[in-house]
Amino acid sequence: MVDAMNKPRSKTVKPKDKSNSISRLFLNNLKRDKLALIGVVILVIFLIIGVFSESLAPYDPSTRHYNEEGKIRRLEPPSKEHPFGTTDIGRDIFSQVILGTRTALIVGLLASFLVTFIGSTLGIISGYFGGKVDAIIMRIVDLFYAIPFIPFVIVLSAVLSPSIWNVILAVSLLSWRTVTRLVRSQVLSVVQRPFIKAARVSGAGHGRIMLKYVLPNVIPLIMLEMAFNINAAIMAEASIAFLGFGDPTKQSWGQILHINFVTGNSRNAWWWVASPGLAIVLLLVSVFFVSRALEEVVDPRLRGR
Amino acid sequence: MLNYIARRVGIMLLMIILVSTMIFFLFRAMPGDPTAFVVDPSMAPEARQVLIERYGLDGSLWDQYKVFIKDLVKFDLGNSFFYGRPVMKIITDRIPATLILMLTGMIIAYGIGVFGGALMAWKRGHKLESAGITIALIFRSAPTFWVALMSIILFSVNLKWFPAQGMRTSGYTGETFKEIFMNLDFLKHLILPSVVAGLYFIATPLLIMRNSMLEVLSEDYIEMARAKGLRENRILYKHAARNALLPVVTAGALFLGSAIGGMVLLETVFSWPGLGREIVQAVTRHDYPLAQGAFIIMSSLMMIMNLVADILYAVLDPRISYR
Repeated sequence: MVDAMNKPRSKTVKPKDKSNSISRLFLNNLKRDKLALIGVVILVIFLIIGVFSESLAPYDPSTRHYNEEGKIRRLEPPSKEHPFGTTDIGRDIFSQVILGTRTALIVGLLASFLVTFIGSTLGIISGYFGGKVDAIIMRIVDLFYAIPFIPFVIVLSAVLSPSIWNVILAVSLLSWRTVTRLVRSQVLSVVQRPFIKAARVSGAGHGRIMLKYVLPNVIPLIMLEMAFNINAAIMAEASIAFLGFGDPTKQSWGQILHINFVTGNSRNAWWWVASPGLAIVLLLVSVFFVSRALEEVVDPRLRGR
Repeated sequence: MLNYIARRVGIMLLMIILVSTMIFFLFRAMPGDPTAFVVDPSMAPEARQVLIERYGLDGSLWDQYKVFIKDLVKFDLGNSFFYGRPVMKIITDRIPATLILMLTGMIIAYGIGVFGGALMAWKRGHKLESAGITIALIFRSAPTFWVALMSIILFSVNLKWFPAQGMRTSGYTGETFKEIFMNLDFLKHLILPSVVAGLYFIATPLLIMRNSMLEVLSEDYIEMARAKGLRENRILYKHAARNALLPVVTAGALFLGSAIGGMVLLETVFSWPGLGREIVQAVTRHDYPLAQGAFIIMSSLMMIMNLVADILYAVLDPRISYR
């Protein structure tokens, strides 16, 4: 660490705060890092939209809108009544994007929770016990690294019926591998520390040591991975829905783009393409800025720039 | 070294069999008539019966599995329902298109990423650094298929610079590799999709190069080079960048492996006749043998890339010992 501190160009190395709690450090980061603060604000807005999407959406997403002459408002560019324009059969895109927020958030949060839960449990077990257990789990991880993500999800959604639960399942099945590897490597160094030996000598069982002594030391890493996996899951859901293997009963950003693409309107209705995509980018970038602030908390070498 | 490679190849072959086994049982777990997944349901009953016996579909699941593995070892992946041709033939026809698109995207990403990353580390704390990171992250956060759709609207529809889809102008049918890929028309079709692929890939080389450079720049020999009074550019590219390249190269091979799956989206948007588009169409058409075969080949390609990454690492870095 001394090496990292003495880097020639990092002049502002602040003295370390003694009360190094994660949330405190994170809040300090927010004060310094404007981008992370913006990220938090955008994220909160998305969460509010996601929770209250039904009351926030001005129209029903599948209602066809007509103009004064009684004609369908086919492919109208953004206007006052329809801020994101209309689809080829006169549906309001703004409402669809608002309702899609919920799907993205549900998939992102649930899948990333599942992924980090499975991944860190296996990672801790693997790193703590070592030996044969470690070898077996690591070979399974290797096997899962050999499965191409999107093709697997497509095949899985062809086998199972299309629903967001299956999308969550598919994403979780393939993403835990990275978490397991990262958590395991950190656990390997944690179990070498004296307090683990002390706990063992004082008669603590394996379960207790893993939960009370190992887990707290890898929690920051797990939280960081969870943040990264939110993005991966949202992106995966959008990709699957875009290809037409998503949940047909749920509005989602990927599905809006799917309908746009298969009806052949991706070249003439820029508003229809742009709005759901911008929503994805905005959400993912904000999650990323927040997780980067979190990363600085987890990895002290990144601090003090 | 040879021992190491031989052992890794052995493990890889075992993994391919395991992944194939998994996909075999996944398809058999589907509800409905199991014969419908291997033999086209729309065939004449007598011809169908012959094939059902050929694949052991009248026998137990275990018998079917044995036939499947035996065929797999002989590179026989069955017949496509839709094309009525061997799956292996269709796939080998599609692979070059996918690989060319992917490699061109990779070259673009690496060309910009390596130099950009080196420069960003050199100018640490400068506005250029944060701008570079932000741009890379935005392109990483933007879904590839969306960037592709938007770039079609901008560059093909509005500016009319590039064709919007396909690999060749429609109406053209080439037979040999040379006829299809070695000409200007193909190049024109390649530019837009490969730039979009490059933008998606770029975060990896850019950020890894930057991190690796930051590490190298704190080494003693850089201080030494400065003390000798060498020019900035010379230190940057001759002394620092060369040593920082190793992790970028190995990450590249690994990333190439994972990018094979990502090509699915890009090929769909650009109607690029590659392996990724084929697997999507196969699943939508319920052409199960083709979907299964394409999946097995894609994951094999991925494993080969991972292996290449590991071997490259061992060859390039003398500190790594291979056992």
